[in-house]
Amino acid sequence: MAEFGSEHLSETIDLRQADILARWVEAVAASSRGRITHSELTAELTPILEAIVAALGSGGRRTDGAGFAEVRALLAELSRSRARQGFSPTETATSVFALKQSILDSGASSTSTERLVEYLNLSRLLDELALFTFETYAEARDRIISQQAEEMLELSTPVVKLWQGIVAVPLVGTLDSARTQVVTEKLLQTLVDTGSEHAIIDITGVPAVDTQVAQHLLKTVVAARLMGADCIISGIRPQIAQTIVALGIEFGDIATKATLADALVLALRKSGVTRLDAAEAQ
Amino acid sequence: MNPVEVSASETVDIRIDQDVVRVRQKMRALAVTAALTLVDQTKVVTAASELARNTLIYGGGGQAVLELVQRSPTKGVRISFTDQGPGIADIALALTDGYTTGGGLGLGLSGARRLVDEFELESAPGAGTTVVITKWGR
Amino acid sequence: MDRVPILKLGRTLLVSIQIDLQDATALALQEDLSERIVATGARGVLIDISAVEIVDSFIGRMLSTIAAVSRVLDAETVVVGMRPAVAITLVELGLSLGGVRTALDVEKGLKLLAAAVETEPDELAGEAD
Repeated sequence: MAEFGSEHLSETIDLRQADILARWVEAVAASSRGRITHSELTAELTPILEAIVAALGSGGRRTDGAGFAEVRALLAELSRSRARQGFSPTETATSVFALKQSILDSGASSTSTERLVEYLNLSRLLDELALFTFETYAEARDRIISQQAEEMLELSTPVVKLWQGIVAVPLVGTLDSARTQVVTEKLLQTLVDTGSEHAIIDITGVPAVDTQVAQHLLKTVVAARLMGADCIISGIRPQIAQTIVALGIEFGDIATKATLADALVLALRKSGVTRLDAAEAQ
Repeated sequence: MNPVEVSASETVDIRIDQDVVRVRQKMRALAVTAALTLVDQTKVVTAASELARNTLIYGGGGQAVLELVQRSPTKGVRISFTDQGPGIADIALALTDGYTTGGGLGLGLSGARRLVDEFELESAPGAGTTVVITKWGR
Repeated sequence: MDRVPILKLGRTLLVSIQIDLQDATALALQEDLSERIVATGARGVLIDISAVEIVDSFIGRMLSTIAAVSRVLDAETVVVGMRPAVAITLVELGLSLGGVRTALDVEKGLKLLAAAVETEPDELAGEAD
């Protein structure tokens, strides 16, 4: 449609592509404060500009339409890349907004009376694309954050092998529902992988134990038993012992020891490992 | 809270023993599609197995409808069991641990409830029973 | 309907559950095992569930029943290879599988049974070849 001017825009932008690209790259480079080189930016932005030219040339009027599919795909890739590199959402969206000024400055579009409608349409299109970039950036960031949270959870629950057939989980920090589940799953899987029949759950580094945490611990021990392994809980401090009794939590026949060392001795004995006392050895 | 979208619905008739196995297998496949963790998959399939058996044995046969649900951005699975059986007279009692009308460990209702995130039960004597369970991804 | 095969290893009966059990198949296994225990004079029963992905209350009951019936017939039962996800689910379900001894794998299970079966471990190994 002549009034919309997309085909006309497409031509004029195409004519001045090199100039527009140079201005665009310069503007984005300035805002990225040296984190991306000119050549990297040129490689990144050239296909986007070409795709916009093509989209406009095909009469594309809606950024969510098929004509702009290629543009959206390229912008989504840009967002993901920026999110991974730690750029801010504003910096990322600015990359697209900067194109508007570059096109104006190059003379491909103008705010003169006869070209005003054309410019306003271009402006709207680019605004929509910038918002789209912002959205995809936010999604990419969310995904990265939840991935990192998972990795942190994994790293913070190490299961160590103390002896043939004996593993230990030294828990540190507050235990919430999510963390306890990860610990349980990891511990049980390690028992299978290492063929260990004894697990020591050390809670020296756990500041407080409430009913929920205690129940989670109990469930873990019961699950290990169901599989054919046994658990010893160690590192129960006096305050925690009192809390457990006050809450009325029954640990039943689950072995508990004050220290990890005591728990290891018990586990060794249960495994049938005979231990020579220093005195006896003489 | 975002609205729940439903996609991928499948109906399974529960008439014979083997249908309980079919429900388990289809539930597992759906849970995998919803990207549930292995433990969560196991929990929801086990719950589905309990309820499918109830439908067969206590409900005299019925139907299961399996659905893939989404409450952006979280995906989940939902399964509804309906039968036109005798219904449950005392629901509160049926939901307590260890309750049973047949020989064994009970209707499995209370256990199944603990395995899932959402649990709805509608039943009345002579009016059949409907149970709907939902499990969401983490 | 498939029947679960029962193997004999010395004085121990070995069952490995490889398929998704229908209720009827589970009941058939219970019966078959009791008959075989009596027929062979077996003193131990080892049930390998390492390939089992779902243990619900029915299967749980089956395992408890097998253990109880075997004990009456003077045989000891051990269930081996329970998967972590299954164990976690059973705990949540509230199933304790009382009366059922468990071990991490077949080797450890046989060791447990060796004591109960009062057979030399070597003898068992010999028969297994």
